[in-house]
Amino acid sequence: MPALEVNRLATGGLIDRQQRVNFTFNGRSLQGYHGDTLASALLANGIKVVGRSFKYGRPRGVVGHGSEEPNAIVQVGSGAETIPNLRATQVEIYEGLEAASVGGWPSVDFDLMSIVGWFGRLMPPGFYYKTFMWPARFWMTYEHIIRKAAGLGRAPQERDPDLYDRLNHHCDVLVVGAGPAGLSAALEASRTGARVILADEQQQLGGSLLSTHSSIGAQSGGQWLQETCEQLASCDNVTLLPRSTVFGYYDHNFLGIVERRTDHQVPSQRSGARQRLHRVRARQVILATGAIERPLVFAHNDVPGVMLASSVSTYINRYGVAPGTELVLFTANDSAYQCALDWHGAGRSVVAVVDSRAAPDGPLVKACRRAGITVIAAHGVIDVKGGNAVRAALVAPLNEEGSAVIGSARQLDCDLIACSGGWSPVVHLSSQTGAKPLWDKEVIGFLPGDSWQAECSVGAAVGSYTLLACLAEGASAGAAAAARAGHGNGESMFVAPNTQEQPEHPAQALFLVPHTRGTSRAPKQFVDFQLDVTAAAIELAAREGYQSVEHVKRYTAMGFGTDQGKLGNINGVAILAQTLGQDIADTGTTMFRPCYTPTTFGALAGRDVVDLFDPERYTAMHRWHLEHNAQWENVGQWKRPRYFPNAGESMQEAVDRECLAVRNSVGLLDASTLGKIDIQGSDAAEFLTRIYTNSYLKLAPGRCRYGLMLKEDGMIFDDGVTACIDENRYLMHTTTGGAAGVLAWLELWHQTEWPELDVYFTSVTDHWSTATISGPNARNVLAKVCDDIDLAADQFKFLDWREATVAGVKARIFRISFTGELTYEVNVPSHYGRHLWEALIAAGEEFTITPYGTETMHVLRAEKGFIIVGQDTDGSMTPQDMDMDWIVGHKKSFSFVGKRSLSRSDSVREGRKQLVGLKTRDPQRVLPEGSQLVNDPNQPLPMSMQGHVTSSYFSACLGHSIALAVVKGGLSRKGEVIYSPQADGSVIEAEIVDSVFYDAEGERQHV
Amino acid sequence: MLQVHCPYCGELREEEEFSYGGQAHIARPEEPDSVSDKDWGSYLFFRKNPRGLHHEMWNHTAGCRRYFNVTRHTVTYEILETYPIGEQPSCKDGIHGETS
Repeated sequence: MPALEVNRLATGGLIDRQQRVNFTFNGRSLQGYHGDTLASALLANGIKVVGRSFKYGRPRGVVGHGSEEPNAIVQVGSGAETIPNLRATQVEIYEGLEAASVGGWPSVDFDLMSIVGWFGRLMPPGFYYKTFMWPARFWMTYEHIIRKAAGLGRAPQERDPDLYDRLNHHCDVLVVGAGPAGLSAALEASRTGARVILADEQQQLGGSLLSTHSSIGAQSGGQWLQETCEQLASCDNVTLLPRSTVFGYYDHNFLGIVERRTDHQVPSQRSGARQRLHRVRARQVILATGAIERPLVFAHNDVPGVMLASSVSTYINRYGVAPGTELVLFTANDSAYQCALDWHGAGRSVVAVVDSRAAPDGPLVKACRRAGITVIAAHGVIDVKGGNAVRAALVAPLNEEGSAVIGSARQLDCDLIACSGGWSPVVHLSSQTGAKPLWDKEVIGFLPGDSWQAECSVGAAVGSYTLLACLAEGASAGAAAAARAGHGNGESMFVAPNTQEQPEHPAQALFLVPHTRGTSRAPKQFVDFQLDVTAAAIELAAREGYQSVEHVKRYTAMGFGTDQGKLGNINGVAILAQTLGQDIADTGTTMFRPCYTPTTFGALAGRDVVDLFDPERYTAMHRWHLEHNAQWENVGQWKRPRYFPNAGESMQEAVDRECLAVRNSVGLLDASTLGKIDIQGSDAAEFLTRIYTNSYLKLAPGRCRYGLMLKEDGMIFDDGVTACIDENRYLMHTTTGGAAGVLAWLELWHQTEWPELDVYFTSVTDHWSTATISGPNARNVLAKVCDDIDLAADQFKFLDWREATVAGVKARIFRISFTGELTYEVNVPSHYGRHLWEALIAAGEEFTITPYGTETMHVLRAEKGFIIVGQDTDGSMTPQDMDMDWIVGHKKSFSFVGKRSLSRSDSVREGRKQLVGLKTRDPQRVLPEGSQLVNDPNQPLPMSMQGHVTSSYFSACLGHSIALAVVKGGLSRKGEVIYSPQADGSVIEAEIVDSVFYDAEGERQHV
Repeated sequence: MLQVHCPYCGELREEEEFSYGGQAHIARPEEPDSVSDKDWGSYLFFRKNPRGLHHEMWNHTAGCRRYFNVTRHTVTYEILETYPIGEQPSCKDGIHGETS
């Protein structure tokens, strides 16, 4: 049987009493009404303890009613759809909702952390740093257990099955917060025809109007709200976004909003996107984010049953819930008296209002007295009795400043203590623009600072707490913002209505309530509920020398919780200022950063997940590869076949077979992904000569040349073959991964350094499909499908290229080789790629032509000692380091890019790492790539590193393993032995050899 | 996320169309081979890191592919001007100064 709703009032609230809702909390079946939040429903059911605190494992109850809630943090749902770290105050209940506390593993009622609790006394601020950081390896263990026990929620283990989407908006005016100020601003701005977005984190627009008794002119607040919302909803130029949190304010008025679209619905009835990310670029932003009531810091102020005064009012007025029977209200200002009036009006007993001020006498104070409510002035609640629930408040007289207890305490029995230390404007979004919040003594709060972004704050967010001021400021800001965005003349049509408000009397700036014992000896006075930071901890941090508020934050963890210290930070700052003997203005506050409340990764990722995470690029032959069992390698965004295993073949067996086929007969590689840049202009050759280390001035049409490109620091950046297509026209090949970077590099030099050169660049990578025929039978294969040019070795030589017809298609054939074998790279317009490929496969059948992939290509080129830029080089290798001085044109008239750096002292020093080959003593042992190399494997740690292995394979052709490595001074160490200690304790011994393992004379590619 | 005005396209576009190109107005020595190691090192590696106005290159990578200059405030990220390669900035420290 569900528990009874002991705290539900017979009437009142905006809930739908016709719609019962069943839900569970920590496994317990409960009931509420449609329109309840999880928090209001729990309070209605008399549930006091909703979680356990992070550090001490103390029982905690609901404190607030909105995004500020620090204690009632829950995990909602189960399985793949579960969401952790939601505030119960913002979770709307639906039929079948399952919620659980995130604090308190294994259960809230019997908590493992209560065992830690007794030793929690031994955990001062900085405890983690002081205790757990050494030895470092233990920290992982401690952290794992502590985090699990304290509970920060659980991420789902399965893939999220829900859909999330994204909308981009441009608007004239974005209004954040739909309380009276925001609504008024949106209304005025919309009248000008400006495109307006109004976003609010609650399920209903209205903010404070949802739970007050105020009137606006002849209407009740509720009537005005309904009329205004209807009017806004009827405007085509207005987008209303309830359940939408503006979580981040980024540069140039770019804001992120996450809209919760179906989270409040019964899961079986949900359809469409669960959450939607709105990316908004706003011409003007109006921040009407309101204010959050500030709790007071007194001993045992965390006992369940201590709440914010405005929250108690909200539960009564909006949800028809009175979370207790006997109320003590503790305040330092007038506004909280409304809570006592509401409580009294709900037919419950107000034990007393305790006011720290000497002579409170404002209009609401008078109203309380008229209602017969006892007001105890010049007193404070200094301590609380009770463990899992409030049993009594200890009330003592305070001095005028509220800084000392000046008499003996008495006990007021009660089960609810509402408190109010005043209001803190919600400056988080303003602060995210980089504006520094400024302390205002009159408001007793931080106000938004100056920002260069096109925004303004209005209403309670700037400390204007009357309804009339909110409406008026909103209206004028709305009109002004619309005008700045180019709509209307900036004049507001606002006519001040009678709101029947009477001015409040001044509040007292009270933060830490004194105790009969000093702060360090008093019972715990909590500042940050979520992370268990006490007033004593902040004082201790100050005593230990921390003075900057940012340092104290990090030392005590104040404000580090998922609530970002919405309730606690200002009290913490005030206590720090007091301890340091400073003004709060001088202490300042910490920076607030996105996200305002925790935001799901699902919403941020949207549809950019799984297959759509990153674009994939396919060649025209892709489907053929798929049909022939290609195993894939990702090269940049390209999918390239790595090898083509036959049935039952391992990768090594397949690669061995493919390698032998190329060396002994013929293989076929899809090389379409290689970057290709068409370069034209009368200065193209001059430009190439400045960019590459060698010269292109004498490269004739029909000829190709290999080139090495350096960064200006002399380090190898890219390589590839460039062909002279015609006079003033060249085709540059780049590495597959480097294509985009090389194009940007060419543009950079042309546009910024040598704009006088007549040269143009166009990427043509996607224009061509390339099939590389390689092996002794390559000519025989090509001859079968190409008969309009002479393929004879003396007519079509190595490093020539020809235009020809291949398999009926106009083609460019390049005689260049990355395998060291006779090779033709056949290029056809890309959509003929598969046709060409299949024609070559058919033509090669009699030679057992073998398709091969990148892995085989890597082995073949390594046998030849050909480097792969980015694998054998790492941005710190010169051509000399790679033993490639032969390609550097030292005599070129123009100092090509990188040349000067090749003679820098560091580039010519002894002991640079140089490219060599390695031959393992055990010919079957393949060195793992990345292995470190040392001279003496028995040297005590740390050993002197000599270099590392950059490429390593088993060569089927040679019958032993081969490796390329960079070794200090390696070029002069050939014949020496070097060692590679492995993680398993073994040592691989290898001889340093020349980097060319196969056909050192390079004869095979010339045949 | 910034909005950048491409001086060639003449439009204010989203940052994701652009890529950053580092400090602007660094002249490559006319005769690199006659520059000392120290001066060459300064040209290669040493860059300004001002708190305030910074003149920098951007490339309209996903647009016209052209490089241009931007004067950006490194604290507020405000972009005060964009101008073609080869031109000088009109906003300089001490003239427009810091805005916050």
